[in-house]
Amino acid sequence: MAAPCVSCGAAVFYRIFLGGRVSLARRQGVWKAAAAELQIGAGSQILRLRHTTGVTTKKNVAALRRETYTVEFIKKQIEEFNIGKRHLANMMGEDPETFTQEDIDRAIAYLFPSGLFEKQARPIMKHPEQIFPKQRAIQWGEDGRPFHFLFYTGKQSYYSLMHEAYGKLLDIEKRQNQLQAKGLFSENTKTKDLIGSRWLIKEELEEMLVEKLSDQDYAQFIRLLERLLTVQCGAEEEFVQQFRRSVTVQSKKQLIEPLQYDEQGMAFSTSEGRRKSAKAEAIVYEHGSGRIKVNGTDYLLYFPVTQDREQLMFPFHFLDRLGKHDVTCTVSGGGRSSQAGAIRLAMAKALCSFVTEEEVEWMRQAGLLTTDPRVKERKKPGQEGARRKFTWKKR
Amino acid sequence: MMLSRVTRLISGARRLDPGRFLDTGSQGSRSLAAHPGNQAPDDRPRAVSRTSEKDPARHAEQHEGLHYDIPLQDMRTLFPHSLPPRFSMQVKTFSEACLMVRKPALELLRYLKNTNFAHPAVRSVLSGDVFFNPSALDGEKGTGKTLSLCHVIHFCAKQDWLILHVPDAHLWVKNCRGLLPSTHNRQRLDQPIQASIWLKNFKTTNDRFLSQIKVQEKYVWNKQESTEKGSPLGEVVEQGITRVKNATDAVGVVLKELKGQSRAGRFRLLVAVDGVNALWGRTTLKREDKSLVAAEELALVHNLRKMVKNDWHGGAIVLTLSQTGSLFKPRTAYLPQELLGKEGFDALDPFVPILVSNYNRKEFESCIQYYLENSWLQHEKAHTEEGKQQLLFLSSANPGQLERLCAHL
Repeated sequence: MAAPCVSCGAAVFYRIFLGGRVSLARRQGVWKAAAAELQIGAGSQILRLRHTTGVTTKKNVAALRRETYTVEFIKKQIEEFNIGKRHLANMMGEDPETFTQEDIDRAIAYLFPSGLFEKQARPIMKHPEQIFPKQRAIQWGEDGRPFHFLFYTGKQSYYSLMHEAYGKLLDIEKRQNQLQAKGLFSENTKTKDLIGSRWLIKEELEEMLVEKLSDQDYAQFIRLLERLLTVQCGAEEEFVQQFRRSVTVQSKKQLIEPLQYDEQGMAFSTSEGRRKSAKAEAIVYEHGSGRIKVNGTDYLLYFPVTQDREQLMFPFHFLDRLGKHDVTCTVSGGGRSSQAGAIRLAMAKALCSFVTEEEVEWMRQAGLLTTDPRVKERKKPGQEGARRKFTWKKR
Repeated sequence: MMLSRVTRLISGARRLDPGRFLDTGSQGSRSLAAHPGNQAPDDRPRAVSRTSEKDPARHAEQHEGLHYDIPLQDMRTLFPHSLPPRFSMQVKTFSEACLMVRKPALELLRYLKNTNFAHPAVRSVLSGDVFFNPSALDGEKGTGKTLSLCHVIHFCAKQDWLILHVPDAHLWVKNCRGLLPSTHNRQRLDQPIQASIWLKNFKTTNDRFLSQIKVQEKYVWNKQESTEKGSPLGEVVEQGITRVKNATDAVGVVLKELKGQSRAGRFRLLVAVDGVNALWGRTTLKREDKSLVAAEELALVHNLRKMVKNDWHGGAIVLTLSQTGSLFKPRTAYLPQELLGKEGFDALDPFVPILVSNYNRKEFESCIQYYLENSWLQHEKAHTEEGKQQLLFLSSANPGQLERLCAHL
C-alpha cells in the first residue's frame, strides 16, 4: 500500500522546492524513488512501486508555470543590487548612503536613454523583491506536517484572512453588545473618508496573498470588509485600510490663461496648440467681427478646403460666439488638416479666459481642450508600414 | 392637377405683389400656396432680396444688394456662351437668371452713363486721343467679377450698343488643338476652332448690327472667295463660320472694321474681355516641333490686344482680371500688377481699376434670402440667425464660396 512515506521511517531527504504547488504526485514519486532505494535496507514494508516513471522522468509541466528561484539566489541578487546601487551612486557623484530609488531611476534614465514608448520595456534597476515574483516558501516541515492549520484547504492565506476578519467582526460586535448592556453605547457616526480610495482588485489581492483566488472568494472577502466598515469601530481601521488603495482624482482644473491688454485697451489672450507635428499659437481679441488671420493671410485663402474652416469654426460655434472675436494666429509644421486642428486647440484654450468656468467644463467635455495624442505610428521591420504586411504569397 | 393649381396660386401671388417678396421663412413657398390671399405682413421685419427694376440703366444705390432678373430670351442672345458654368447651372435650376446689383457694377454703370452724355468730340488733353480709359475689374477669387461684367453687358445691350464679348481669354491660350500657320502673316498662328465658335456667338449677340455695318475695304480670302467693299459685315462673319480655315482672319477683319467704324459714331462699341491677363501671360500651346508659342504669336491674341488698347473712341472697354483660369500664376495673386505682369500693365496703362470685394452684411443677407426664397437651402437651421452666422463664417462672405457651400453635393 502506498502509505505516505512518512511511515517509511527512513531518513527522508528533501530538496528545497521553491515554487507554486508542488504536486503531491511528484513528491510521492520522488519519495517512492527514495523509498525504492532504501527498500532493500528497510525491509519492514515493501512499498509497491507504482509506475510513476512518467511523472518523475518527464519534467513536471505544472512546475514550469513559474521559474523557481532559490532563496540563496534571491539573496545573492539583493546583495548585487546593493553593491550596484553604491557603484551607481559613485558614478553619478552622489552619496552612496543616501541614494534613494528615485535617484536610481533618474540615473538609469540618464545613462540609458530609451525612445521606446512602452515604459515597462525601458531599462530598470529595482530591488529584486519588486522584480522577481513573490514565491511561497516551503510550507511543511521536516516531518512533512504543514505549518499552517488551514493548509489542506488549498488556499491557506485566503481562509486565514477571512478567519481573522470575521474574528475581528465578532469581537467588535461583542464589545458593542457589552457597551449597550452597560448603557454606554454611543452612536459614533464617524464615516470614514471613502472618497478617493477603492478596494483592492482581485489581481492585487492575489499578489498580496501569493495565491490564486476565484471571483466568488474575492467577492466574499470584499463583502466581509464592507460589513466591518458598517460596524463603525475605530479600532479596526488600520486593518481595513490595508485593503484600500487611493484613487488619483483626475484634476478637472483647466489652466486658464491670464488676460492681457494691448495699447488700445483691448483685452486679448494667447495660447498654443499642437496636433501631430503642427504647432500653432493663437491670439484671440475680445471684441471683433469674426476675422481670422493665419500667418498674415485671410483664413479663406489659407484654408481653401471647407473641412479645415469647419474645424476653425467649432470652438466659436460651440460657445455661440461666432462673429464676436478677432483672431490672429501663426502656425508651422504638419499638413493642412493638422494645422487646422492645432489652431483649433489654440483658439479654444485662448477662449477659456473669456468664458465662465461652467463653459470651460463643457468645452473640456466636448474635447476641445484636449491635445490629440495620435501621432504617426512607427513602421516595423518585416512589414511594409505600421500595420500593413507585405503581400502574402502562397509559394 | 393639384400641382398646376398650386403653381397658378403661386404665380397669382406674384402678380399681386410683383416687386416685393415677404420673408416668411423656409415654409414661405408652402404657405403662399396655401393662402394666396394672405399677404398680410408678419411681425418679423421683411427681408427683401429682389427688385422689380429690370432695366439696368435705372439701377442706383437704393437697389444695391438686391437681385434683378434678366428675361431668358435676353439671356440666350446676350450670353450664349459666356456665363460661368456654375451660374448657368443655377439659372437652369431656378429657371430664372438673377443678378445681384453691387457697388462695382454700379460704379461702372455710372462711369458709362456719364461718358455717354459727353460729346464724342471731346478729347482729353492729357491723354491725347483717349476717349475712355479701360476699366478693369479685379479682386480675389470668387468675388463676382464675371457676373459684374455680365451686368454691364446687359446694360449696354439695353442701350443698344454693339457688344464684343470675349467670355474667357484664357480659353484662347490653352488647350487648343489644330493650330495652323496664319494665312495673313506667316509668323503667327491661327486658331480656327476657337475663332469660329466666337464668330458664331458674336453673330447671335449682335445680329441686328451685322447687316447695318458695311465693310470699308476689300478682303480676299482665297482664290475663289473675297468680300467686296461696302458689303455688310455679316458676310465676313458668315465667311468665317463656313470656311473655318479663314475664321481667325475673319475675326481680325471684324475687329479692325469695328474699331475703325466706331469712330464714326454710328454705333457704340463695348469691348468686354474676361480674363484679360491671359493676353499677356504665357501659353501652354506648342507647335509641331514642340517649341513653345508665345502669346503674341497667336493671331487672335494679337488682334485682341490691339482692340483693348485705348487708341480709339466711340465706345468703352471693360476688362476683368482673373486668376481662376490663368496659367502659371499662384492662387493668391489678384492684384493687377501680379496678374498682368509688367508688359501687360504697361500696355493697359492707364486704366481704372475697380475692386470687387466680398459680400458685405446686407448683400450676404440678400443672397441667403434669395436662396431661401427659391427653396434652395433645405437645412432646418438655414433660416435661423445661427445658421446664417455659420454660413458667413465658413464662406467668409465670399460669393463663390457661399455658392459652393449651398450647392448640391
